[in-house]
Amino acid sequence: MATRIALFIPCFVDQITPQVGLDTARVLERVGCSVYFPSEQTCCGQPAFNTGHWDDARPLAERFVRVFADAETVVCPSGSCTAMVRNFYPELLASSPLRQDAIELGRRVFELSEFLVKVANVTDVEASFPHRVTFHDSCHALRELGIRNEPRELLKNVRGLELVEMPASEECCGFGGMFAVKFGAISASMGDSKAENVAATGAEYVASIDGSCLMHIEGVLRRRKDAARTIHLASVLAQEIQ
Amino acid sequence: MRSSAAAEFLRKAAEKAADVAHRQTIRRNISSYDLSVGRGKLRFSDWEEARRRCAEIKWEAINHLDKYLLEFEQKVQARGGHVFWASNAEEARQYIEDLVTSRGVKLVVKAKSMVTEEIHLASALERRGVEVLETDLGEFIVQLRKEPPYHIVTPAMHLSRADISRLFREKLEGVTSDEPEELVAAARRALRKAFFAADVGITGANFLVADAGMIALTTNEGNARLCTALPRIHVAVAGIEKVIPRLADLALLWPTLATAGTGQHLTTYNTLIGGPRQPGEQDGPEEFHVILLDNGRTELLADPEQRDVLHCIRCGACLNACPVYRTVGGHTYATTYPGPIGSVLTPHLRGLEGWQHLSYASSLCGNCTSVCPVRIDLHHHLLHNRRNAVEKTRHGWLENVSFRAWRWTMMSSARFGFAGRVGRFAVRFVNKLGLSGTIIDPMRTWTRHRSLPEVPRESFRQLWRKRHGQR
Repeated sequence: MATRIALFIPCFVDQITPQVGLDTARVLERVGCSVYFPSEQTCCGQPAFNTGHWDDARPLAERFVRVFADAETVVCPSGSCTAMVRNFYPELLASSPLRQDAIELGRRVFELSEFLVKVANVTDVEASFPHRVTFHDSCHALRELGIRNEPRELLKNVRGLELVEMPASEECCGFGGMFAVKFGAISASMGDSKAENVAATGAEYVASIDGSCLMHIEGVLRRRKDAARTIHLASVLAQEIQ
Repeated sequence: MRSSAAAEFLRKAAEKAADVAHRQTIRRNISSYDLSVGRGKLRFSDWEEARRRCAEIKWEAINHLDKYLLEFEQKVQARGGHVFWASNAEEARQYIEDLVTSRGVKLVVKAKSMVTEEIHLASALERRGVEVLETDLGEFIVQLRKEPPYHIVTPAMHLSRADISRLFREKLEGVTSDEPEELVAAARRALRKAFFAADVGITGANFLVADAGMIALTTNEGNARLCTALPRIHVAVAGIEKVIPRLADLALLWPTLATAGTGQHLTTYNTLIGGPRQPGEQDGPEEFHVILLDNGRTELLADPEQRDVLHCIRCGACLNACPVYRTVGGHTYATTYPGPIGSVLTPHLRGLEGWQHLSYASSLCGNCTSVCPVRIDLHHHLLHNRRNAVEKTRHGWLENVSFRAWRWTMMSSARFGFAGRVGRFAVRFVNKLGLSGTIIDPMRTWTRHRSLPEVPRESFRQLWRKRHGQR
């Protein structure tokens, strides 16, 4: 398979967890894709869109559509940012000349696990990660994109990895973008519940396909001085068999 | 602009978020609800299909209100019932106040009804010297505590058995333990007397059935039957969105409401009432009044984007599913309808200016939408309210300016790259000085509640360029 993939690296992954971006590229290359990074990309516009500032989000959405206009297939290590493009651009760009382009682009943008399992038909990426791992379903991936089994299938085939389900894995971790700072106390309390559910599994790692959830969960875990750490699915899958 | 309601919400939310006893009570009650609903859904051959069909029934009704409401009115009037169209809460209250005053009513018994909460009926009647007694056990409990309902289906969800026992010992006679049977018996003794003494029974309506010209009432305690059968006068108050086209629709709506509301196959008592006592009938009231309340609903009807909010059958499923509701509890919202449906609806009932904060108090997790039995697009409507808040109200200027600056930055990859470098340097600098999490930490809105991630020296785009050149 020689699919040529344009990487869509969410802005916070770019700035805060660049390793996740590199790992995404590594996994895609390992399954035989060629990967490039359209360096003109910035942000999909979701922070403004979710906060109600649609007039500020719109030019960014249009810009995004132009930057990825020529890309055959776009892969993103985030369910949330993928959902923004696929599910929300048509509404945000309802009266934009780029609306149809956005709808077509939405069909070519995939979250990483979704791409691997559903498009590339790969469930074993020949990775090794000998740890006890629990998986957190991120809300946008689960409820906007319907991604539930894909990451689990990939994790189950990772050598040495023991996947343990936590109670209420589908419950929101409390991040929610601006919600996390506008309503910090509520967000932190929700994060606490998530951390308790993680602790109940005895897992060393919480994996997820959304780095924004993980940034919040990691912050809560550290503040609670819990032993568990977070890891992005891409970084688990990037670990090669020695 | 931050309203006083918003400031109060933030204060109470922070208090409840730290209230461990509250969290445990709610978790216990909602997890037994979850179990029961999980079992309940299995009784449907296809729950998702049931949701789709319920949404279709409500869609049809809401998009033909003119037809179905008139059909309902005509049939009720034909049996000698009165129908009053109230355009707002004031008109509805006035009609009922005039009715009880002219009939010399001293005592009113009420079945549980959120719409009577919406129009603040009980307090209005009490000001007229009329005693109003809530007869739903949960409502009875919160009324004794002088509290509004905590939840639209289970009004006393926030209380434990011990709380209720303490309350009953203080307010009622003959309570010595916290055995459920004894507590219920004490409430029953107090309520039975009132059912016989009351002149007026007030209920809501779960559905207004157009082709039958009847209201459908659903309770678990049978209290609505007593409210409607014993007093001389029955007043039913209902939002205009409660109408459904056909009696046959109840075959699906009743079990769906019961399942989404409590996990029951059917709620224990389901009653259809179409008018006052007819000649030759043994029971039923002498007078039957139905108040059809608009109170902002037609404005919602005029909004094609959010019209489906009128599908709501008040099952409470979205409240139970909402992690924010579970954290802050029902009273924190300070609205008639709490939880996701309340956050969507309240700005339409009370104004976006003062109540937009509720649409922001959500992580947009979407669990409400996924459980809604009539498929209201709840969390997307929160997004719509946010957009409307920014466009149509005085929304914080600082936020407006910040997003404008953010957009300017993001419109160029060079500016984004540069801003990222500066930002990462600043975070590392703050951390190096040991300021992270302290009161002068610029990132305090984040670090007050959780640790900051370690920030890398180089961004993805810098690392990529080093390895691959421009592409």
